[in-house]
Amino acid sequence: MITVEQRTEFRKHFRYNVGRRLVLDKVVKCMVFLCVVVAIVPLVAILVNVFSNGAAALSWNFLTQIPGAVGSDDPGGIGPAIQGTLVLIGLSSLIGVPVGVMGGIFLSEYGNNRYGRTVRFFNDVLAEFPTIVIGVFTFVLIVLTIGNFSVWAGSFALSIIMLPIIMRTTEESLKLVPVTYREAGYALGIRRWRVVFTIVLSGAKSGLVTGILLAVARIAGETAPLVFTILGSSQFIQGLDGPVDALPLRIWRLSSLPYDSSVVQGWGAAFVLIILVLSINIGVRYLFLRRKGQAMLKFKKLGSMS
Amino acid sequence: MMETMTKIPLKDNSTEDVKYKLIAENISASYDGIIAVKNVSMKFRDRAVTALIGPSGCGKTTFLRCLNRMHELTKNATLTGRVLLDGEDLYSNKVDPIINRRKIGMVFQKPNPFPTMSIYDNVACGLKLNGVKDKKIIDEVVEGCLKMASLWDEVKEKLKNPGMSLSGGQQQRLCIARALAIQPEVLLMDEPASALDPIATQKIEEMIQELKKEYTIIIVTHNMQQATRVSDYTGFMYLGDLVEFGETKQIFENPRNEITAKYVQGQFG
Repeated sequence: MITVEQRTEFRKHFRYNVGRRLVLDKVVKCMVFLCVVVAIVPLVAILVNVFSNGAAALSWNFLTQIPGAVGSDDPGGIGPAIQGTLVLIGLSSLIGVPVGVMGGIFLSEYGNNRYGRTVRFFNDVLAEFPTIVIGVFTFVLIVLTIGNFSVWAGSFALSIIMLPIIMRTTEESLKLVPVTYREAGYALGIRRWRVVFTIVLSGAKSGLVTGILLAVARIAGETAPLVFTILGSSQFIQGLDGPVDALPLRIWRLSSLPYDSSVVQGWGAAFVLIILVLSINIGVRYLFLRRKGQAMLKFKKLGSMS
Repeated sequence: MMETMTKIPLKDNSTEDVKYKLIAENISASYDGIIAVKNVSMKFRDRAVTALIGPSGCGKTTFLRCLNRMHELTKNATLTGRVLLDGEDLYSNKVDPIINRRKIGMVFQKPNPFPTMSIYDNVACGLKLNGVKDKKIIDEVVEGCLKMASLWDEVKEKLKNPGMSLSGGQQQRLCIARALAIQPEVLLMDEPASALDPIATQKIEEMIQELKKEYTIIIVTHNMQQATRVSDYTGFMYLGDLVEFGETKQIFENPRNEITAKYVQGQFG
């Protein structure tokens, strides 16, 4: 037991300088706010810079036409690059998302053993891999084997880049779902895989979608692995086994040309890429997390009523 | 099949045929190297409420989780002994634990409705995920179970609302309805009212009285008044041992064991 004397003694050790603590509270708040500003400044600067430099290039023709001859009066457009990037993102996601999500489920639900730890370790190593190495690997594995650059090869390389990101974010978001929900599922006599797929997965939906979108944003901007796999092209896609263009590749090519009009097009293409990633992000969030958004709206309404 | 009918003496010293729904034999259980249950044997009467009481950490919950094979899902869990449901050993290799968990429903200490599901889906999911497809049957079961859990009148207008939108007491009754939906024969309740206010607690206790006409109910509780109010039999556990087990009246009014007496009189806990 603590005696009354002890208690009085203990109290002497507390600090009562309220003024100083209030100031300190404000200082910390300001510092946090400042850090956010510092983090946002580059983002805004890039957006403004890209838009102001590339706006001149934006037009309907720019978005839909094939590139013109280098240095000619008609610079053409980046239509094939936009098409190629969309196709590449779609195909890579088709491979990368199911495999990544399943891998994440394995790590979270069945990976609490030596095998799981090994997979987790190599998955983390893969996440930190230089993407150009993945490009070279795909070049040797697929491009050399088949004999030409292709959409498939590009999608394969990009899906490898997606995999570790999706696996890790899936694992982390599944682990956040409290064990009590799993137990409630088991207690209803539901089999483990069904508990995972119906109860746990739906509880982790927002984390899952965020992870997938992160991975999509990441591959949308990848350039190095594409050089080795899709080569680039100035035509629209002829087939999935042929070369294709992509926005990052096009930006890289355009910006390295010695013509002012090309450089402006490069900025324009960069702007298009940013808008593309942003719209995919917003679109997917709207589609998959809509219900939650509505619930939040209702919640806010209730709050404003009371 | 094992013989499950035995004669037990009742308080007027007459005997009566008693059917035991669930029999636990020599259950010892541990997790993470902690021995939680030591060689406990208990028989649970059909259509009766058996309460498990005892101080915190005495193994009540672990024992309860052994009865529907939930304990083995705990990390580093070990278990020896047998549990017989209608004479059939739940732990025999031939028995699928999943099928038995459908016969033995469980209600947890904290209300845990599935967060992404509506009130309706929370009750319906046990059926849907166990293969029931007929919408009419599901509707019927959902309504019936919500009525049994005395929640129907409060939620019938808003079945599509998220289960999480309910109050704590309503959530717990929703969880009971969810457990009842898979038509279990035994209901395990792990301190179902410990997080609830007195009115919600009373509702759940009344419901237990109602449910006992059809189910074998085993309830873990810290609340001794609750044990006297709802149960027919009471088992007192202490440090992993089953110290005393008998009719609730006898345990509370005339305990044979000194520790039981001290505990029910509130001298420690």
